[in-house]
Amino acid sequence: MAEELSDIEASADRTVAAAAGPDAYPPSDEPLLRIEGVVKSFGGFRAVDGVSLDIRAGEFFALLGPSGCGKTTLLRMLAGFEAPDAGRILLGGRDIAPTLPHERPINMMFQNYALFPHLSVRDNIAFGLKRMGMARADIAARVAEMVALVKLGGLEKRKPDQLSGGQRQRVALARSLARRPKVLLLDEPLAALDKKLRESTQGELLELQRRLGMTFIIVTHDQEEAMTMADRIGVMDAGRLDQVAAPRELYEAPRSRWIAEFVGDINLFDGELQSQDGHRLTIATRDAGALLVAAPDRALDKAKVSIAIRPEKVKLSRRGPASDAGQGSAINRLDGVVTDVCYLGGTTTYKVRLDAGGTVRSSMANTARIDIDAYGIDQHVVAWFTPDDCLVLEQ
Amino acid sequence: MSARRIFTRPARFAAIAPYGWMVLFFLVPFAFVLKISLSQTAIAQPPYEPLFDLTAGWQAVRAALAALSLDNFKLLASDSLYVFAYVRSLYVSLTATAILLLIGYPIAYGMARLPKRWQAVAMVLVIVPFWTSFLIRIYAWINILQHDGLLNQILLALHIVSRPVVWLSTDSAMYLGIVYSYLPFIILPLYATLAKMEPALEEAAADLGAPPWQVFWLVTFPLSLPGVGAGALLCFIPIVGEFVIPDLLAGSNSLMIGQTLWLEFFTNKDWPVASAAAIVLLVVLLAPLLLYDRLQRRQLEQGR
Repeated sequence: MAEELSDIEASADRTVAAAAGPDAYPPSDEPLLRIEGVVKSFGGFRAVDGVSLDIRAGEFFALLGPSGCGKTTLLRMLAGFEAPDAGRILLGGRDIAPTLPHERPINMMFQNYALFPHLSVRDNIAFGLKRMGMARADIAARVAEMVALVKLGGLEKRKPDQLSGGQRQRVALARSLARRPKVLLLDEPLAALDKKLRESTQGELLELQRRLGMTFIIVTHDQEEAMTMADRIGVMDAGRLDQVAAPRELYEAPRSRWIAEFVGDINLFDGELQSQDGHRLTIATRDAGALLVAAPDRALDKAKVSIAIRPEKVKLSRRGPASDAGQGSAINRLDGVVTDVCYLGGTTTYKVRLDAGGTVRSSMANTARIDIDAYGIDQHVVAWFTPDDCLVLEQ
Repeated sequence: MSARRIFTRPARFAAIAPYGWMVLFFLVPFAFVLKISLSQTAIAQPPYEPLFDLTAGWQAVRAALAALSLDNFKLLASDSLYVFAYVRSLYVSLTATAILLLIGYPIAYGMARLPKRWQAVAMVLVIVPFWTSFLIRIYAWINILQHDGLLNQILLALHIVSRPVVWLSTDSAMYLGIVYSYLPFIILPLYATLAKMEPALEEAAADLGAPPWQVFWLVTFPLSLPGVGAGALLCFIPIVGEFVIPDLLAGSNSLMIGQTLWLEFFTNKDWPVASAAAIVLLVVLLAPLLLYDRLQRRQLEQGR
């Protein structure tokens, strides 16, 4: 198996080099795919509203957003099924606007797979290869490689309706990879699978992308999926690309309140800037009293702000922790009562009603099998967190 | 116990109703026709014998049964007039169905690709001719095609021909009439198949490097074959037995089986031969009928 894969890698490199020629492939500092101010409207509705984005060769990029945010439309423009109203799409430095879908070195894995129901697994995978005018023997060899790659051995003669959902997903993947595209587009590739299968497939997809060294652009509404697989994530909302960042940055430093809420769970407290003491700000909040937070890198334009804190950064204890006076960093402590306990296996989330009026959610890892320190409903607790774990977002 | 209760009384009736319909309106009349086809013509009322007289007792019924014979079928097989009529019917129907497919497929394909709003309009346009009686429409064609009809007037006015062309009472006129009348029957099943096809399939083919003509021949057309089959059979089967259109538009030198049957029945008053001709026609059409049934079933199963 390992030998087979290294063969595939080697031949993939050869194919790319042969197809691209000496000067077609971009130099390493230039992005493989450049999207410049792309706009697409349907009727009066701006589905994609001025998106600019660079994607490097070999990158696993995720377009994340709620349904209707324009991420699929953007993907369809890359495939050539829609033409942008404005802006340019450059592949290897060349504008691909005049290139028809069937001439683009880009392949797509469709959301519901779009397998040809009248063709067998083998013929589905070979479809794209036959269109390239490949020799019969080469096609057979490539199909065999692909079948091995996605572990579909023995099912070559089946028709799509004789396969399970997971098997169909693999055929679709093999079919879209067979032509060794420069860029593979994946439209919600795992949406139709059940949770367990989805998680194992995520890992396989990631491993495959690393091994083949191909550029993957995946569209998804599932932030966990994007976080698990992507090198970088672009968050889209209402046709605009709000933030492009690595998963960690996106989670720990979301640029806006909307992104903070969309990516993961978060506590938000609205308030006003009261005073600044060096790199510590004091924010007066209505629901949680005065909170100390770390000053953001860039200066705040507005006095009205939101404090955001992830639940796993909010700790609970029976009594407040001693503040670390030596470092001069005070800790935010909020007294309250536990109103809700949700045991999730690995973690437990608590909802705490604060004496100041608001509520805060805390998520704590269950590090011991028998937890004598577990909190119960109606228990008085102190919820605490450090200023550095807080984010200041403008309202 | 509870399993038996699944079919409530109304449900059971609903399940039996189609069979009751079949027996009452197909099998019983068919039995009459079959019996007449085995009888001999007679100058009487009704014009054939023997007659079953159930009141005359068992002996009489047995005598009547013994009098039945296959003579009429032997006549049909031996007389080239009938054989020719069958062959011509099949030939005309096959040709007309091919023309219908060639014209109907592009129309259905175009309809299925219109914006949703316009698809409904196109559908109405296809169905609108049905609002006028079929006979009136065929007579209208006679009017258009006749010696000093609209077609010849236009051709003369445009100096395309110098003398009126004979259109009426030709095979061309008959094919025109058949194609015109049956076009909706081929367009609608084709349109239904093409409209419900997932657009992503054609996009996937294009994405995998197929230029538009290959997308059509490798994906769209093969996937529309059930619709092609259904539409073709839906036209082929009734055209074989077509009577009115060839009678009004074609010449009288060669007849289709429907016309032959009509002649035997009304002009010659030979009910037994006409019945035998009808039975043979049914047997000839049994294969395409069963094929059509199978296609419909498969369509239904896929739709689930």
